[in-house]
Amino acid sequence: MDWQRIRDDFPILQQEVNGHPLIYLDSAASSQKPRSVIQALTHYYERDNANVHRALHALSMRATDGFEAARRTVARFLSAASENEIIFTRGTTEGVNLIANAWGSANLKPGDVILSTGMEHHSDLVPWQLAAQRTGATLKHIPVLDDGTLDMEAFEKLLTPEVKLLALVHISNSLGTINPVREMCAKAKALGATTFVDAAQSAGHIPLSVEDIGCDFLAFSGHKICAPTGIGVLYGRMAVLENMPPWHGGGEMILTVTLDSCTYKAPPARFEAGTPDIAGAIGLAAAIDYLEAIGLSNIEQHGLQLASHALEKLGSIEGLRILGPKTGPRGSLVSFHCDFAHPHDIVEWANTYGIAMRGGHHCTQPLMKRFKVPGTTRASFYLYNTTHEIDRLAEVLESARKFFS
Amino acid sequence: MSPEELRDLYQSVILDHSRKPRNHGEIPPPCLHAHGDNPSCGDEIDVWVKLDDQNHIADIKFTGQGCAISQASASMMTVKVKGQSTAAAAAMREDFRRVVMGDGKPQDEDALGELTLLEGVQKFPQRVKCAMLGWRALEQALEAPAR
Repeated sequence: MDWQRIRDDFPILQQEVNGHPLIYLDSAASSQKPRSVIQALTHYYERDNANVHRALHALSMRATDGFEAARRTVARFLSAASENEIIFTRGTTEGVNLIANAWGSANLKPGDVILSTGMEHHSDLVPWQLAAQRTGATLKHIPVLDDGTLDMEAFEKLLTPEVKLLALVHISNSLGTINPVREMCAKAKALGATTFVDAAQSAGHIPLSVEDIGCDFLAFSGHKICAPTGIGVLYGRMAVLENMPPWHGGGEMILTVTLDSCTYKAPPARFEAGTPDIAGAIGLAAAIDYLEAIGLSNIEQHGLQLASHALEKLGSIEGLRILGPKTGPRGSLVSFHCDFAHPHDIVEWANTYGIAMRGGHHCTQPLMKRFKVPGTTRASFYLYNTTHEIDRLAEVLESARKFFS
Repeated sequence: MSPEELRDLYQSVILDHSRKPRNHGEIPPPCLHAHGDNPSCGDEIDVWVKLDDQNHIADIKFTGQGCAISQASASMMTVKVKGQSTAAAAAMREDFRRVVMGDGKPQDEDALGELTLLEGVQKFPQRVKCAMLGWRALEQALEAPAR
């Protein structure tokens, strides 16, 4: 695989920042977009733009075709049984809120338990706190061990018949830990629980199959996998979706409406009120086509190679402590704490040399508390990054250490 | 940002205050206290103030966690406002805000003294809230009921 040529597919990377070639190490927050995705958006807006599912004119039909073709692309990408199991959302956050509201209000009651983990992003924590408040259910968390993995013994104990939902992150955005989602979903399902996997950091990075994972719900964001911002996906197993009431009401999700009542469409339309992000869905399909042409297994391997290289290079810097698993498979990111400077000072320092990283709590405040750090600095990688960029990061971090110590 | 501008931001005096914060700790009650934080970045500063009967700051201490700028700025603030009247501290706060935001000339530059070293923050607008965090906590503490 010629990774240098892949890099050339991303116009934004061909620039200097503060007089240095841009080194973009913040893809866990948002990824860059290849030319083919940008062109798909331009093509849509220049030739096909119209509203979907409602007019008989040529443009509306083209827009509808593009939008529904995107749904089929996503279904294939996730190995879903049917494209009707694919709901377009604004992103992972909206997907979780949709389940917490639509599924949660119909299925949770006092005495029930929502089981989650201590390493969830706030987007897979706060919606469940709100659902627990609304329904009287209790929210429990599987603890995180010192090595950044989940306490599986505690999981077995917490997994009681009262657990109605297991909500679990696939790859931690703060630690890089890859959770055994398949094994955990199987155990939860055996007890009759519904399962949700937050795939925000795994989609587009490793091969993903809802059939293989065996979850009932899975959500991801388009913008983290080379697609535009504003589009995301919630996968739901049809047997579960069929029995869910709508969340948002409006156009597109109804069959008939009187002044007093209405009947709803079948999924996925039931959960897509209003004009959707048509261009975003078409851009997402273009992104998936792009990633699949390279091969998700190749991307996974490249990501692991970058993470291993970063573990080795950054791990040898004095006073720098890497969080999360040190060996074995991990997500393509490295989160670290420096005893010589605060994450924001490190990020500012790196920015001066054209390196983009994120510093802070990464929307995982409970996890930061768990590891007794105010925040971390995170270097996150994607298919367009190189080991050379990580070498440069190590040099810049070494200069920061000398300056701040 | 150039490396020169970065070194202006992190001058040696500022780094010295961040490594060895002055007036660090808590004041036991009765005193005034406030907690300040920047939710977006997680920086925190707690400020404790003891006023004398003339409304002068007889003692001030702080604790906190965060970036070098927020912690150094709070440390430098405590040194400057100790012994000052609350009115003088408020004026100093406004002058300091002008310096870090590049928002006109301070009324009394001499009173600010080494606080003007933080003017490098002007070039880093996203760090203004770091430099102001301690001052915001002080303002709140002075308005807080005694405890």
